[in-house]
Amino acid sequence: MTRNTILSLLGLALAGTANAEWALNMPKGITDLSLETYNLHMMVFWWCVGIGIVVFGVMVISLIKHRKSNNVSPATFSHSTTAEVIWTAIPVIILILIAVPTAETMVKMEDSRKPDMSIVVTGYQWKWHYKYQDSDVEFYSSLARPSLEARRKQSGIDPFAVENYLLEVDNPVVVPRGAKVRLLFTSNDVIHSWWVKDLAIKKDAIPGIVNEAWFRANESGTYRGQCAELCGKDHGYMPIVVEVVEPAAYTAWVNSHDAEQ
Amino acid sequence: MNTAAHDSHDHDDHGPVKGIRRWLFSTNHKDIGTMYLIFSLTMFFIGGLMAMVIRSELAIPGLQFVHPEFFNQMTTMHALIMVFGAVMPAFVGLANWMIPLMIGAPDMALPRMNNWSFWILPVAFSILLSTLLMPGGSPAGGWTMYPPLVLQTGNAFPFLIFSVHLMGVSSIMGAINIIVTVINMRAPDMSLLKMPMFVWTWLITAYLLIAVMPVLAGAVTMLLTDQFFGTSFFLAAGGGDPVMFQHIFWFFGHPEVYIMILPAFGVVSEIIPTFARKKLFGHDSMVYAASCIAFLSFIVWAHHMFTVGMPLTGQLFFMFATMLIAVPTGVKIFNWVATMWRGSMTFETPMLFSLAFVFLFTIGGFSGLMLAVAPADVQYHDTYFVVAHFHYVLVPGSVFAIMAGAYYWLPKWTGHMYNETLGKVHFWASAIFVNVTFFPMHFLGLAGMPRRIPDYSTQFADFNTIASIGAIGFGLSQLLFVWVLLTSRKGAKATDRVWEGSHGLEWTVPSPAPYHTFATPPKARIANEAFE
Repeated sequence: MTRNTILSLLGLALAGTANAEWALNMPKGITDLSLETYNLHMMVFWWCVGIGIVVFGVMVISLIKHRKSNNVSPATFSHSTTAEVIWTAIPVIILILIAVPTAETMVKMEDSRKPDMSIVVTGYQWKWHYKYQDSDVEFYSSLARPSLEARRKQSGIDPFAVENYLLEVDNPVVVPRGAKVRLLFTSNDVIHSWWVKDLAIKKDAIPGIVNEAWFRANESGTYRGQCAELCGKDHGYMPIVVEVVEPAAYTAWVNSHDAEQ
Repeated sequence: MNTAAHDSHDHDDHGPVKGIRRWLFSTNHKDIGTMYLIFSLTMFFIGGLMAMVIRSELAIPGLQFVHPEFFNQMTTMHALIMVFGAVMPAFVGLANWMIPLMIGAPDMALPRMNNWSFWILPVAFSILLSTLLMPGGSPAGGWTMYPPLVLQTGNAFPFLIFSVHLMGVSSIMGAINIIVTVINMRAPDMSLLKMPMFVWTWLITAYLLIAVMPVLAGAVTMLLTDQFFGTSFFLAAGGGDPVMFQHIFWFFGHPEVYIMILPAFGVVSEIIPTFARKKLFGHDSMVYAASCIAFLSFIVWAHHMFTVGMPLTGQLFFMFATMLIAVPTGVKIFNWVATMWRGSMTFETPMLFSLAFVFLFTIGGFSGLMLAVAPADVQYHDTYFVVAHFHYVLVPGSVFAIMAGAYYWLPKWTGHMYNETLGKVHFWASAIFVNVTFFPMHFLGLAGMPRRIPDYSTQFADFNTIASIGAIGFGLSQLLFVWVLLTSRKGAKATDRVWEGSHGLEWTVPSPAPYHTFATPPKARIANEAFE
């Protein structure tokens, strides 16, 4: 384990991007809204970079030029209404430029009308339960066995040897690509939060309350997430796995599930 | 040299009583300030040790040292201790020491209450820390105490509630004392707008404290009755609403954020003009900006709750209000930069900490602006991105400002110059390690690592290792600060004015400041003109 750490540190020092899983930024995700979220994130990020360059630039110039060791005598100005008005007005304009597209995205995110299917997601300490409202499919989804064994204190199992350590479940959620899936969240005990970053969905599952969110996946594949709201000792051990499959494969999966039950 | 200080020195001055009674029964603002600062430093190290436990466990994937239950106790206690035990008392300590000196008052207006508000704190934190030894351990539901989870706390639960109540009582008394002192005991020719920025920001902070600490007390009392007296304020099964707690908590919690940063703004606004040898740029607009921030802090609380399922209009309101805070905060930063501009700067330790404050607090402000964007916040919420954000505003923000203030005023307190080389080493070690610790956390959060987890997927391993190395480095660097404090007695004798560019009434009294100062009110304007 220590060797792994040293190796990964070395790897980091030599070629930071060599590690394939090494992510620096928010993913673009697989829905239109996750892409919009990513674009908003980058837009604000670049505004911050721009403002940072100006503010820190002025500060650095000042730190270099206006130091006593350069034998400069201090200026005596201490107020300028013009300056105050300018540096109040410019941020307001920038904020409006940020706020308008953000509000547009928020309106879309809340529009969960006319879903193709609905799944009720219930949080438990410490697993998820999924019930497909349009069929009889329902199941619990818990941390997969290999992670469960490796996660124990001083288990002796190298987490690097476990595939998708802490991010694998026994029963993943399966959804068809292209369908508008509505998720209804609630909880059986404490507050949990269902988060899959590639779907740009994080919604609290709260006892006594039903929350909703929706997504329409554009790409098939396996997408992973975790509980995001502290929910007790095993909060770190209730992952989420969503498998987006082609509609035909989804129908087959539902049928096989029905047959099992 | 101020005559008032001398007069009191000549015939009025009786020194402190000897022994433990000096501290237990003290009504002297300087002694109480010292006790607050020492208490705060102690809590800073206790909370820091808990951070070391957290970062050691997170250094590599897998569970090596602690069980998840204990890990959650550590994150919860670390936050409670750092917020209520380290940062807030440190600012109250600075206020106790410096506000009477800055406004020319002989002491705080309510000296006995001052004693009481301090001595409640060691009791409150002894109660809180004692929960570590109780069956079931200390609280583990997060410092935000969200129900229903917090109601699963074991024997520690009533002790948690009681200690939070005590902390609130202490803060409210401290705040009342500061308001009464500032309003009533200023030097006769010091109008409100002539007050130093540190006094101003503390006055605003004190109003925030009085407004929100009772709200926190109400929230935790409702938790208590839900647990023991059969009420259902927050229990869905009895018709209650768990989300209501979050609304009430964050109505306290967001102003609380500014309670921890406004006095920091004040400290930095004192230090930058001193070492730039130039007056603070835009004093009055700084006052208005701080007031705006305080007002806005009451109408943004639900930006902590964008994922709880609010109506669209609610989300839009809280998003727009939150974004607005960037405007007055920007004004403050621009004014500090304008203060430096065309000054004649030197870079003693207090200035270095203040400059790092401006740089790094601004970075925390940037991530704050990003967090205000609600759809993106859905992705950032409860991840390490948030952890990075609030540590940037609290550690190189509040804590650096406290350090800056301590170095700045230390010669006035002790009468000796601290070791400047050691101070600079302390600064550079802190500034480097704080970034090594918290900058990688931005990447971790964006890559999908939730906060408050004891173990993580292997893809997060590299950055966690870096953050842990940084954290241990930062922790060790703080021992240097203790070393500087302990050796400061040996330093050269400090002059009354201490710094070449210092300004204001506190620099007219001798160093160290006599036990009693300003028995006769000074003339603030004359004192200030003497420095120009």
